[in-house]
Amino acid sequence: MEDLLKVRGLKTYFYTYEGVVKALEGINLDIYKGESLGLVGETGCGKSVTALSIMRLIQWPPGKIIGGEIHFNGKDLLKISEEEMRKIRGAEISMIFQEPMSSLNPVFTIGSQIMEAITLHQNVNKKEAEEKAIEMLNLVRMPDPEKVMNQYPHELSGGMQQRAMIAMALSCRPSLLIADEPTTALDVTVQAQILDVVQRVNKELGSSMLLITHDLGVVAQICDRVAVMYAGYIVEIGTVKQIFKNPQHPYTKGLMNAIPKIHVKTKRLEVIRGVVPNLITPPSGCRFHPRCDHAMDVCKKKVPPVTKVEEEHYVACFLHEGAK
Amino acid sequence: MSKYIIEAENVKKYFPIKGGVFSKIVGYVKAVDDVSLKIEKGTCMALVGESGCGKTTFGRTLLKLIEPDAGKILFEGKDLAKVKGKKLREMRKDMQMVFQDPNSSLDPRFTVKNIIGEPFSNFTNIKGEKLVKRILELLNLVGLKKEHLYRYPHEFSGGQRQRIAVARAIALDPKFIVLDEPTSALDVSVQAKILNLFQDLQEKFDLSYLFITHDLSVAKHMADNIGVMYVGKLVETSATEPLFEEPLHPYTQALLSAIPVADPEYKVERIILKGDVPSPANPPSGCRFHPRCPKAMEICSKEEPELKKVGDGRLVACHLY
Amino acid sequence: MGFIDEWKKRNESRIKETKFTLSLFRHSLLSMIGLGLIIFIVLIALFAPYLAKEHPTYVRLLNPEGKYVTEERWDIHFGDKLLPPSREHYFGTDDYGHDIFSMIVYGARLSIKIGLLVVISATIIGVILGAIAGYFGGYLDELIMRITDIFLSIPGLILAMAFAAALGRSIEHVMYALIIVWWPTYTRLIRGQILKTREETYVEAARSLGTPDSKIIFKHILPNTFAPVFVQMTMDLGNVVLNAAGLSFIGLGANPGTAEWGLMISMGRVYIFQAWWYVFFPGLAIVLFVLGFNLLGDGLRDVLDPKLRR
Repeated sequence: MEDLLKVRGLKTYFYTYEGVVKALEGINLDIYKGESLGLVGETGCGKSVTALSIMRLIQWPPGKIIGGEIHFNGKDLLKISEEEMRKIRGAEISMIFQEPMSSLNPVFTIGSQIMEAITLHQNVNKKEAEEKAIEMLNLVRMPDPEKVMNQYPHELSGGMQQRAMIAMALSCRPSLLIADEPTTALDVTVQAQILDVVQRVNKELGSSMLLITHDLGVVAQICDRVAVMYAGYIVEIGTVKQIFKNPQHPYTKGLMNAIPKIHVKTKRLEVIRGVVPNLITPPSGCRFHPRCDHAMDVCKKKVPPVTKVEEEHYVACFLHEGAK
Repeated sequence: MSKYIIEAENVKKYFPIKGGVFSKIVGYVKAVDDVSLKIEKGTCMALVGESGCGKTTFGRTLLKLIEPDAGKILFEGKDLAKVKGKKLREMRKDMQMVFQDPNSSLDPRFTVKNIIGEPFSNFTNIKGEKLVKRILELLNLVGLKKEHLYRYPHEFSGGQRQRIAVARAIALDPKFIVLDEPTSALDVSVQAKILNLFQDLQEKFDLSYLFITHDLSVAKHMADNIGVMYVGKLVETSATEPLFEEPLHPYTQALLSAIPVADPEYKVERIILKGDVPSPANPPSGCRFHPRCPKAMEICSKEEPELKKVGDGRLVACHLY
Repeated sequence: MGFIDEWKKRNESRIKETKFTLSLFRHSLLSMIGLGLIIFIVLIALFAPYLAKEHPTYVRLLNPEGKYVTEERWDIHFGDKLLPPSREHYFGTDDYGHDIFSMIVYGARLSIKIGLLVVISATIIGVILGAIAGYFGGYLDELIMRITDIFLSIPGLILAMAFAAALGRSIEHVMYALIIVWWPTYTRLIRGQILKTREETYVEAARSLGTPDSKIIFKHILPNTFAPVFVQMTMDLGNVVLNAAGLSFIGLGANPGTAEWGLMISMGRVYIFQAWWYVFFPGLAIVLFVLGFNLLGDGLRDVLDPKLRR
């Protein structure tokens, strides 16, 4: 598979009153052309920070990307100028967010917002932009696109707003779409519609997607590969089948067991003891060790290296150091 | 003594919409439109549905936090409409609620001791050393520690705040608790712990629950019986197992198929509904589900279906039956 | 020591929170300037008897309108009239020979007294009425709001003049007039805050726990509404004094002979070209007083805003 985005050693820290929050400690991530990569983890694990770092949208103060490389289209995104980055944002890498109502400007019509995205990056006149915008709305199967062009965000339902956001994000045919919890705020039946749209559109445009979510079910249904994050590290990565059927990291296993499953009978849910660590004073060595039933001495001292479990399946855990 | 802790009959709650220059009433948001259900003592009933279906409003009317516009609610056989003022306040000892957002259901200016101590100061004379002892017992029950006693809510994580809310709810040994999406705002691993806690408490204290949620997997895990609501109406009720094995109402079927299952090999025939969830201010005519229903017939747009008995203790409101 | 340790442990969170607030405050230059000014003025007022060269006496007499009032009297030294600032008279003297510095220092006392009395009274009335209106709503709310509207439409100046005409000019009557003009603002402010807080989930939770209404208002709602009120009170301290000075300036407030800053400016007007210090120093005092409280209030607003805190 061909590489689209290569992240190496990404480090992002937040300098706050209470101390330095070490949000990302050297993330390595590959996204291939045309695939959907899921980034899962719980609150505070750093998945949103990863997305914002890739887009270079980390605000200083208090956040700063202090190290790493992001290779995209032959450039290192962390080294190019802000002006060059701006050309990439929205055109080659696009992002959609969780709350469509707060991401859409309430005083502009849907049409004008989509057209703005188009005219910003493409050299077209107003009429062409309008046509392209309607084309995008059709692509996301928005009911009655011509009418919606002239409507304001508050006149649309949650599902339609999210479709509008997707249309806006994809209007310049980006090669990478980053979706940050795009369906968390939506009803279940609407979520099914939106996920369907996203899957189809990505296929049609041949774009890749980085889907950030805490919902393992969504990942299982939509993504090709999954990366599991915990406290600023990627602890396991592999194809969806590998991660769900053969999880290796104790945290991944714990997550799988903690979900009430609809097709399997569970009497009592298994829990991961302890709580998510404070990233200002994170645990030494492997950040999961205080909650891990298999923690060994070395886990408290050193950060576990990434080892290969099988083709495309990697885990960062000392339990697997020998398994090459 | 009735075997049901809650019996709700034809409960309605309409919120008036005011409009126009003179603030006249131009319509109603029919949040809860003729809902009847019974909860057996010691069981957990789940009420599932999407936004706007009225499940949260219904939960609040059961506790009389909102006055219903019509219908009867019996708590342990007593008609709640006849209980007012001081007597109603006394009854609050027996029926409690755990709210959805642990960040806003705790007063940010109260310490944990004050939060959990509030029900005590409302109804008992327990103070001082004795009160602290009782509170520490409660903290222990929900998995919190002694040193948390004098802290403020903002110093805790979401899961811990929800535990504080639970401790507060069980402080005076209630018989019935409405759990309003208690884990929706929490992470998966935290949710698991809280759900286990609810199960433990139910066993220990023989509690009855109304578990309101939009997450069918959680409902399946926790509940003995399930009621499915859609735009203010109850469309199906059933014991848990049969509902999942054989959902009868087309909406229930669509809801079940829409849940993304955490298993990549579990491929189900996805019923993707067209359109959006309608607003309870302007519900469709006849059966409220008909515009989106893949099995809609002509009668569906004209007549509202009644809740009918179909098989063993199952009720469905659909013209197909 | 055990008792103090126990207290410290219990209030650990509150102590941490207070430290955080103070540090936020410390980082705002303008708030610190405001605080500095206020502390400076308060200290001067406190130590007035030690700082001033001349001291007033207070007499109680019957005024022409038949009411008892307390009047301030300063000794007259016509020989020393209108002397420029010097080492003997830091701010010079006025047309009666009074040491202006001493008058300003005692004037600080008066101004603080006026400010505090008016603001605290207005707040108390505002809290009571605003709480009733906000929490209970309905007819009570409408009634109180309409009364508030009526009072808001009364121009303060006219009211003060009416008071002066009816009861005689005195600084006390000015204070009453200002309280009457000022309380509606607080009622509105508190009512708005209560309306907002009333919808919070923790209030609903309190109701579901069987907490009676009175307790909900006093323990849950009011403490959470207080931050913006406190900010308003701080800023109003300055504004009230400004208004009082203005009313004294036009002759409605303090009696001639009182060391009130506004009055002093009024008296010094005629001498503005011969004795600039007569008008300058009281004016400067007013500016610093109002500026200090405004800066302090502004800083407090930023510090107490929960959104800007984290």
